[in-house]
Amino acid sequence: MSAKKLNLSEVIITKGVQISGLSSILFVLLILFFLISEGVPALFDVPISELLSQRWYPIEGYYGIVPLILGSLVVTLGASIIAVPFGVLTAVFIAEIAPKWLAEILKPLVELLAGLPSVVLGFLGILIVSPFLRDVLKLPTGLTAFTGSLLLGGIAIPTIVSISEDALKNVPVSYRHGSLALGITRWQTIWQVTVPAARTGILTAIMLGLGRTIGETMTVMMVTGNAPVIPDSLRSLFLPIRTMTATIASEMGEVASGSVHYHVLFFIGIVLFVFTMTVNIIASKISSREIKRSERILS
Amino acid sequence: MSNIPAEQINIPMKRQLIIEKFGFSVLTILTIATVLPIITVVIYIIYLGAPAISWEFLTAMPVDGMRAGGIWPAIVGTFYLTVGTAIFSVPLGIATAIYLSEYASDNRLTRNIRLAIINLAGIPSVVYGLFGLGLFVIFLKFGTSILSASLTLSIMTLPVIISTTEEALHAVPQSFRVVSVSLGATKWQTIRRIILPQAVSGILTGVVLGLERAAGETAPILFTGASFFLPRLPGSPMDATMALPYHLFVISTQVPGMPIQIQYGTVLVLIVFVLIMNIIATVIRSRARARRQW
Amino acid sequence: MDKIIVEHFSLTYSDGTESLFDINLRIPANQITALIGPSGGGKSTFLRILNRLNDLADVKKVTGKVLIDNIDVLDPDLDVIELRRKVGIVFSRPLPLPLSIFQNVAYGLELAGEKNKSVLNDAVERALRLAELWDEVNDRLHDPANSLSGGQQQRLCLARTLALEPEIILLDEPTSALDPLATARIENSLTELKKQYTIVVAPHNTQQAARIADFVAFFLQGKLIEFSSADKIFTKPVDQRTQDYISGKFG
Ligand SMILES: Nc1ncnc2c1ncn2[C@@H]1O[C@H](COP(=O)(O)OP(=O)(O)O)[C@@H](O)[C@H]1O
Ligand SMILES: [Mg+2]
Repeated sequence: MSAKKLNLSEVIITKGVQISGLSSILFVLLILFFLISEGVPALFDVPISELLSQRWYPIEGYYGIVPLILGSLVVTLGASIIAVPFGVLTAVFIAEIAPKWLAEILKPLVELLAGLPSVVLGFLGILIVSPFLRDVLKLPTGLTAFTGSLLLGGIAIPTIVSISEDALKNVPVSYRHGSLALGITRWQTIWQVTVPAARTGILTAIMLGLGRTIGETMTVMMVTGNAPVIPDSLRSLFLPIRTMTATIASEMGEVASGSVHYHVLFFIGIVLFVFTMTVNIIASKISSREIKRSERILS
Repeated sequence: MSNIPAEQINIPMKRQLIIEKFGFSVLTILTIATVLPIITVVIYIIYLGAPAISWEFLTAMPVDGMRAGGIWPAIVGTFYLTVGTAIFSVPLGIATAIYLSEYASDNRLTRNIRLAIINLAGIPSVVYGLFGLGLFVIFLKFGTSILSASLTLSIMTLPVIISTTEEALHAVPQSFRVVSVSLGATKWQTIRRIILPQAVSGILTGVVLGLERAAGETAPILFTGASFFLPRLPGSPMDATMALPYHLFVISTQVPGMPIQIQYGTVLVLIVFVLIMNIIATVIRSRARARRQW
Repeated sequence: MDKIIVEHFSLTYSDGTESLFDINLRIPANQITALIGPSGGGKSTFLRILNRLNDLADVKKVTGKVLIDNIDVLDPDLDVIELRRKVGIVFSRPLPLPLSIFQNVAYGLELAGEKNKSVLNDAVERALRLAELWDEVNDRLHDPANSLSGGQQQRLCLARTLALEPEIILLDEPTSALDPLATARIENSLTELKKQYTIVVAPHNTQQAARIADFVAFFLQGKLIEFSSADKIFTKPVDQRTQDYISGKFG
């Protein structure tokens, strides 16, 4: 037997694979770098008090981003009020109640919803949902925060359903049997045993669903009417509104690179980044009791 | 709960069973309320869009301010963008997953990589657009081009490919690795000859789902490569391009007097595209399950 | 001649369990040496050290010496690939790779760079004959390996190891998943194979050790209690604990 041979291709592949692994970190850093380097100059051009004011009207130099932040929050809140109950309960139905054949039909359908491009939902919003809401609720326009919430709910639901469903499926069967053996109905078992046991997974699902909603762009841009107003009452739900994402998407195409407006839009990107990161990090903290792969070597 | 005497169970039990029946019905209705709109909408779109679909619609250039003619450049553009995204994200994503699953030990670096991937997965698509604009379009001077847009979409797609690939690799039993190594295989030989062939369908599913998402995205390409209207097809990766989702956005919000059939026709093409990708992914997955040997 | 020499060898897994403690042992060539003892005694750990398969496990610390043909097995600069070709292993469950019967047997050789079809064919046939499997599979070499029965699969695993023409064959409870008939066939093969190979086996039970072993090592909770010829251990063991174990008092 000889000393270890240096296997060149093995070394190259190992290095290549390692570098690929590092690339994800690099990309996050690059994204941060470009957001900061293009967004922070906004703070030099526009005083903070100005940024935190209530008027967004860039053409005349008003750069108050508060209405945009509130717009995003209102739409997201509305979406979660719709998506959380529907999403979680649908997951419970698929995982615990539906017979197998039905579950096998429902799951791909939910996945199909997840796969629909957001621009398609926006399109449906414009052509179907918003005229419908306008006529039924007698609104001046159907392009409102509520319309956005409704459609964003549709975007969050598949995320919530599929992750919650996984969490429910991962609850050991023995838990359920234990409780069923005590003469407790399946319904009680679901709510007293299975759902509580899966609650971290369900919470993660909700957080990830929310993360998607805050960052969603095309749908809200198409259906919320894009009026940068402060939502100050429940009525605002049924009026046009404007989110951070829609603002970036609709205005970035028309600004000169390097202008004040350009920097402010990047600054909004930073705010958006911080929002979604917070939500996602909370989600990953919730689920961080990750199952470590500790399968032992053969014995 | 466990100390309810047996004789006391009966009467409350009856009530519980009624509650259960009621509860199940409510959940059934809620699920139908969630799922039914999806089916209805798809059928509705097919119904309204199908009449617009013709050979000409699919293969002709748009004319008359996009109010007539076809959507050929948008189809081609989406195809280019998808291929471009695949070129960058598939090798990188698979390699990263291989690193995480087969090479990395559980240390700080690995945890940071995982955190980075979670972050990438959570970044809003429009922020990717900003990033692509800053890095590829302006800083690297790629301009508004297929190249810039594909690179932007690639980074956005990476986390999907990484996580599904890693899952597929994890599903390969550890014993195969041990056996292979015991027969004198190096790590890479084991990966290439045993693990990847076993995981390939799971990986393909992930790739298809990731690309499906990329193909349907609009926000990341808005300022990196999408073009409102082009009189001819893009000639090189440095050209901007039309794309189906962006085209749909344009014709449903930016062009007054747009004939409704053209809009529904375009949606239908986009949905059929997504459906096909979805079906491919589902078929690959179920065939893999059926073939699984352990 | 001593093929394997182990001196003051200890091993600790990273969870802190000291699984082997100060092992001293000389394993003779062309004999069957059986490692017996209750489970958790460290037999598998010991076997996996001999071809450095424990490199894949979470090992915290090893000390002492392990020599095969006077070469230091624990040397970090050793070519472990070559070691593993020289020291083959068969596991307790039949674990065919997800390949065809032929590919399973040819796997090790192909890894080693053998491309010549006829060399491979010959080697596969030879290995399958040695493992007494040839007659049963020669007409379906390209079927998936897991279409074989459990006993056949385990003989395939033996053949797969033999194809590399190793010098030492390790077997970790190779018949624990097999019925008595399949077990007998493997045992027969082993007594046949020892003419060419040094065999170290952790048998399925004490009876199996009595049937096939020339030498026996008794492991108890990480310590080597007794090592001597099979005759001696089964007729007049020195240590009371060995006596107790063999007579079935524990384990
Ligand atoms: N991969 C491993 N990681 C940590 N501890 C292990 C591992 N393999 C075995 N052990 C521990 O080492 C001891 C000896 O185990 P083993 O070698 O499998 O004994 P035997 O084969 O005699 O049953 C046991 O306490 C076992 O729990
Ligand atoms: Mg063992």
